[in-house]
Formats: sequence, structure tokens, C-alpha cells
Amino acid sequence: MSLIRLEKRPAPSRLFSALTPLMAVVATMIAGGIMFAILGANPLEAIRTIFWDPLFDPQFGPYSRPQLLVKAGPLILIATGLALGFRAGIWNIGAEGQYIMGAVVGAGAGLALYPSESPLLFPLMVLAGALGGWAWAMIPAILKTRFGTNEILVSLMLVYVAENILASVSSGLLRNPDGMGFPGSRNFRRDFPAASNTEIIENTGMHWGVVAAFIAVILAYVLMSRHKMGFAIRLAGEAPRAARFAGVSPTRLIIFCLGTAGALAGLAGLFEVTGPAGQISIDFNSGYGFTAIIVAFLGRLNPIGILLAGLLMALTYIGGELAQLMLGMPAAAIQLFQGMLLFFLLAMDVFANYRIRIGTPEVAK
Amino acid sequence: MTDAYLAIDGLTKAYPGVVANDGVSFAIAPGQVHALLGENGAGKSTLVKMIYGLVKPDSGQMKVNGTPFEPANPHAARAAGVAMVFQHFSLFDALDVAENIALGMDNPPPMRELAKKITDVSEAYGLPLDPTRRVGNLSAGERQRVEIIRCLLQNPKLLIMDEPTSVLTPQEVEILFKTLNKLSAEGTAILYISHKLEEIRALCDHATVLRLGKVVGECNPREKSARELAEMMVGQTLHTPSRDYAEPGEVLLKVENLNLAPADEFGTRLRDISFELKAGEVLGIAGVAGNGQDELLAALSGERTTAPKTITLEGAPVGRMGPNARRAVGLLAAPEERLGHAAAPEMSLTENALLTGDIRENLTKNGFVAWGKARDFAASVIKAFDVRTPGTETAAGALSGGNLQKFVIGREILQRPTVLVVNQPTWGVDAAAAAAIRQAILDLAAKGAGVICISQDLDELMEVSDRITAITEGRLAPPRPAKGITIDAIGLMMGGAHDMEEAHPEEAHV
Repeated sequence: MSLIRLEKRPAPSRLFSALTPLMAVVATMIAGGIMFAILGANPLEAIRTIFWDPLFDPQFGPYSRPQLLVKAGPLILIATGLALGFRAGIWNIGAEGQYIMGAVVGAGAGLALYPSESPLLFPLMVLAGALGGWAWAMIPAILKTRFGTNEILVSLMLVYVAENILASVSSGLLRNPDGMGFPGSRNFRRDFPAASNTEIIENTGMHWGVVAAFIAVILAYVLMSRHKMGFAIRLAGEAPRAARFAGVSPTRLIIFCLGTAGALAGLAGLFEVTGPAGQISIDFNSGYGFTAIIVAFLGRLNPIGILLAGLLMALTYIGGELAQLMLGMPAAAIQLFQGMLLFFLLAMDVFANYRIRIGTPEVAK
Repeated sequence: MTDAYLAIDGLTKAYPGVVANDGVSFAIAPGQVHALLGENGAGKSTLVKMIYGLVKPDSGQMKVNGTPFEPANPHAARAAGVAMVFQHFSLFDALDVAENIALGMDNPPPMRELAKKITDVSEAYGLPLDPTRRVGNLSAGERQRVEIIRCLLQNPKLLIMDEPTSVLTPQEVEILFKTLNKLSAEGTAILYISHKLEEIRALCDHATVLRLGKVVGECNPREKSARELAEMMVGQTLHTPSRDYAEPGEVLLKVENLNLAPADEFGTRLRDISFELKAGEVLGIAGVAGNGQDELLAALSGERTTAPKTITLEGAPVGRMGPNARRAVGLLAAPEERLGHAAAPEMSLTENALLTGDIRENLTKNGFVAWGKARDFAASVIKAFDVRTPGTETAAGALSGGNLQKFVIGREILQRPTVLVVNQPTWGVDAAAAAAIRQAILDLAAKGAGVICISQDLDELMEVSDRITAITEGRLAPPRPAKGITIDAIGLMMGGAHDMEEAHPEEAHV
């Protein structure tokens, strides 16, 4: 008999389910520290630069603190929608595409009405953005319900289609006519205030997308814990046959989950392109749609958890940039560091379902 | 006992949270047919897995012919003369009988020789089997013969059989028993695991009774009644369900020409099923597993839909309705598989109460769940059906089979169904819980509801049914009154297309 054994718990430990994200963060810091040391940096300094300086350093804090919400907003918004599907066993990994299409459709609606100054313009764009993301997500949804295609593949491949559409419109249909031939649309913040997503409170990073993210978290929490639909989602994820027995329609569930995730991703895209990014350009998207998958799992597919995970992930982004700047860390090292976080989270899950026993098994008498 | 083939002394095995075997001792003599008797969870499976080298005991010892026996794996056990036929077969559908047997042998002879040996053994023991048939086309009984012959080719001194009859028709059981008697006469010891008491009384000459991992008694089962054996097994006196036969009322449920393609390639097609169910009546449907029971339940529960008029409830067509619409009009169901179908194992009992109780118990309002009401409903099921659980927030999967089954059946009965359909209501359930469930079914019918009870347990069907029928390969035999029917008659109804003769390998397969 080996000295260290894994022993299955009779029931998953609630304590460890709650603790694993924290344990994963600590393990990431240790493993990441070792990696930074190998790269020739002081590990403690690197960790401090990533986790502490963005918030509390007197020099960088004032700049990076607002960035926290700016970056966390879209992550939380997208991850909240994705988590609904993940809970039901519907694997939409194409949020990046839905996010891009939301931005293109929403921004396109606004640009078509340039130079309108109507107060209804921005709400209309928000609606168009959600619709764009929703419609893009309906493609895998309908293909799945009609023909039984795999939503993982279809949603992922539509990301690349969306990226090409983005490249096309930013140098064609939506290009700034006054931009002297440069690719990219009009800048909403500079040229088109009625259609821009401004900071609600100066220097906090709080823009409408962040507000939408908070509202989405609250609604998702209520949906999952109080509403029949949330129960149906959980049931379908945990016991699909029982869900059908309970009268849950798989088709409706797929349409709802993919549609909601698509609409939220589309919203995130619209808020991003009219706010922090400022304009439709070939590379405005910066991969939020993929990172949100990590955020969703890091937050244990729970809306409140996603809120915290989104903030944490945003912190590693900002801190990572700071580490690149201050310590000369390569960008790949930062991505590796973020990857470790997901890796350790999944690895730590073992402790929720198993306990470690040291020594030879005792014999019950 | 000095002349024992296998002697077991103080065998103990503990798993986290449960002692599966606690100081178990007994001995099997050559040629003895020894029954291992106990309820689910009594520790029978763990015990035989230790004998077969699949599980290592924590303490205690085993001796074969007087020398210590510590099999590290099944290979070592087989080398010592121990063979085992599992409850679930490990056969490859795409291969033929001889190939399957060769795969399970430690040193298979050439194919041609093996085929001849198979034919020899199958004739010698009255087990009809053609070595060239593809396993995918065999019935459950024939598959079991493959496993048995695989064991017999190794000339075992001890043959372990784990619940061998659960997949057989009564006629197939008879063939099996003849084979086992012949083996025993030749000096092979047989360890026979079952909870079917009549079988054990007919076959075995010695029984060891296990309860909660301990040996609680040994006896000669032929000298005891089935009831005495059951009470040894359960450790308490059992009450037999009682009922007053009443005249059935008007027709509640009518099924006409129900044809349904299987949902996947492993399913069974339902063919031309027609029957009527009257108020106050229990209709028993016998059948060997996999003959369309799951499909029939799905068609009645609304998980599968059909043309509207195929199924009518009190004259109204319901065939097109989904599960919740049928619940609304009073047609309720409890599927066979408790974990994952009738209940979600990781969800609490409250959530599982909501799973089917939503419509009739008004557990949601404007789409929002009234968790308080759901909890009250779960609590009332727990109370009315004596479900042993710490509380309503316990996960369904943490309950024992019997307790969860009481919850699942109770959940439907408390919703006052017009018609209730249950599939294998006492499968894998301890005797006390099974009696309670059968009584609840009878009480429900006595109050004027119609009940369809699909079961493999013929004793159960005889106990609760007013009329009995059988389902075979998706077809339903015409129901017959239960009063005065014999097990043999039911067996013929359910045997249907399968070959029943003793040695007749060329039998055409329908």
C-alpha cells in the first residue's frame, strides 16, 4: 500500500468547493513565482507587481484602478451568459464571435445614423448590439436543434468568420469616410458623442458596460436560484434524462442558453467598441470572449463567483502589463501565468471529491 | 470443517464510511450449492469480489483445500479453480461466441479446437449454444450461457454466480438450474448469490445469510419458508401487503395501436400495443429487461409523444402531450432508473420534489419557484412514506436505494394521480421498503386510481396485479386475470420468441 492515497469522499465537500479557487490562486502564485525566477526576475517582486501594484502603488494605482472595471466589465458580462449554458451542458465557446458581431451590428446601427444627436440613439445601438450577438449565437443553436450538429465546433468556427467580417467592415463598409483611407470606423468618443459609451463617474472606469455586467450578475443569480428556467438549466446539466422527464424541452433550453450568452456577449462588444476601444478596428476585440471561458469556470459557473473571478482576471491582465513594462517580462509569460490559474483550479477540484489519506489504510473493526 | 474446498475465516473489508464485510466466516464443501443471501448492501458483492481476487481484504484469511489462498487478481483466483459469472456480462457484440470465449481465457486453444470444446461442453451440460453465432444476436439467457461455458472450460472447482436469474425467463431459469445441479453432482462447489428466495429454496442445500456485512445465520434453505428466510435477511418481521379485490370501474386509460420507433439504436421498437386500464385496477406487465419497458414508460409519461388518439385518458387524447401536460390531466409516472431519470442524484430532495411536483402541487408562480412550498411537499412525502433521510436538503444520491425509491413513488402518489405508471418499483430495494411500496400501490388503486406496474419480479406482479400481461420485443400479450394464473403461464407470455428447448443450437431467432 502506498503512503499517500486518494480516497473518494461520500459526498463532495462544500468547504473545499468554496476553497479551491483560493487554493488555486495561491498555487498559481507559487508556480508562477518559480517561473518568474527562472526568467531571471525576483519572484516576490513579480507577484507584487501583478497583484498589488495595480491597486495600491501610488504611481500606477490612479491609472490602473479604473482599468480594473474597464477590463472586468466585459469579462463578467460574457462569462455570466456562458455559465448559463455551461451549467446546462451546452458548450458555447464562440463568445468571441458573438462579441465581435454585437460590436459590428451595434456600431453599424449607430454609424448609419451619423451624425444624429438623439438621446435614443445609444439605447438603440445597445439593442442592436445585443441582437447582433444573439443572432450570431442562433446559428449554432438552430444547427444543433435542427440537425444535431456539435455546438462546440460550430460556435468556435464562427469566431473566425466573425473576425473576417470585422476585418472586412473595418476597412470597407464601416470605414471612417473622413479617415484619409486608414482602416477603422469613426471614433465614437471623439467624433460621435451621442453614440459613445462614456464613463458614468469620472476616473473610476465605471461605464455602461460595467453597469450592465452588474445587472446581469444579479439577474443571473435570481434566475438560477429562484426561477424555473434556472432549475431547468441545472437539472439538464446534472441529469439530462431527469430533465426530460421533468418536461424540460432540450430545444428551448439550447435556444435560451445560447441566445442569452450571445446577447450578453454582443452587449459587451457594443459597450467595448463605443467606449474603451473607441472605434471598430481590425483588432479592437482583444480576446475577451475566450478569456471569459476561464472566468466562468474560475467563478465556478456561479454569478457571484464570476463577479469575483472577473475582477481577479482583470487584475492579472493589468498587473501582467505592468510586469511587462516594469520587469521586462515577455507577454507569453503573462499568458502562461493566466493559464496556470485555470490549470490549478481544475486540478484542485480533486480535493472537493477526494480526500488525501496518509499512511496505510486503517482497518475498521 | 476439514473437508471444505473453500474456507473463509474472519474476512473484513471496510470502505470509507461503511464496513462492507465484518468478520465473515463460512465454508463451502465440494459439490455443495451454497447460497449467499442478503439484501442490497449486505456485502455479498464485496465478499465474492474478495474470493475472486478483485478486492483485497483488510484482514482475515481464506483457505483452498487447507492451504492459504490470497488471490492478488482474478487470474490467480482462476488458477486456484475459482470461476465467476457476473451479473453484468462482459461480451463483445461484434464477435462470435467462440471469439468471445477465447478472449476471456488465460490460454485459449486454437479456434477450431475451442469451437469443438464449446459444443461438447454445451451438450454435456444442456446449455444450447452455437459457437459461430454473433453475440450481438443472442438473448440475455444465451449470453449468460456464453459466460458460463467460458467458466466451465476452465474446469472450475468453485463456480460463483452473481444474481444469475435476474435476466432470465422462468423457462431459462429451469435450464440453468439443471446445469447447476449437474455440476454440483460432479463435485463442483457453487456459490449462488441471489435475493430471490424461492430460487434459493429450490436450488441450494446450504445458505449463509448476510446483514450489514455480518453473517447473521446459516441454514438449510429447504427447511425454511421464504418468509423465514426474508425475515432472517431483514432482521424483522415482514408484513404482506393486503388488499380487497373490488370491481374495476370505468376505463381510465386506453392505448390503441401504439407503435414507436426506438430513440436510439439500442432501444426496442414498440409494436401494436393496445390495452385498457380501468379505475381501481392494477395492470401488471411482466418481461425480461430490454424488451420495451423503458420505451413503454416513456410513451406513457410523455417523454416520447405519439399521435394524439393513440393514448386517451378518460376519453381525452393525450398522445401529443409532453410530460407536464400529462401530469396536469392526471397521468403520472415513475421510471425505473432512480438516479438520473426519476431523480437527480446531486440535487436535494426539495429540488427533486419540484422535479415532477411543479404542476399539480403549484410549486411555481409566474415562473418563480416557491421553495418553501417545494420543501413542504418534500417533507410530506418523507413523512407519509417513511423515507429515512436527515432532511429535505439531503442530496437524493445520498439516500439508500429503498429510501429513494419510496421517495420517488411517494412523490407521485401524493399528487393524487388518475393513472400511475411505475417501472420496476422495487428493483434493488430492501424487502421492508418493497413491501411498503407494494402496499402503497394497492392503496392507490383501492382509492379508484388505475395503476400500471411494469416489473421483472413475477412474485411482485402476482401480489399486486388484477390483470397480468407481458411485454416481449416491444409487443404486449393480451392481459389475463391475475387470479389463478401460474408463474409458468406468465413465463410463456414473456418467453415469446426466445428458444426454450434445452439443447437445440440451430433454433431460428425471430
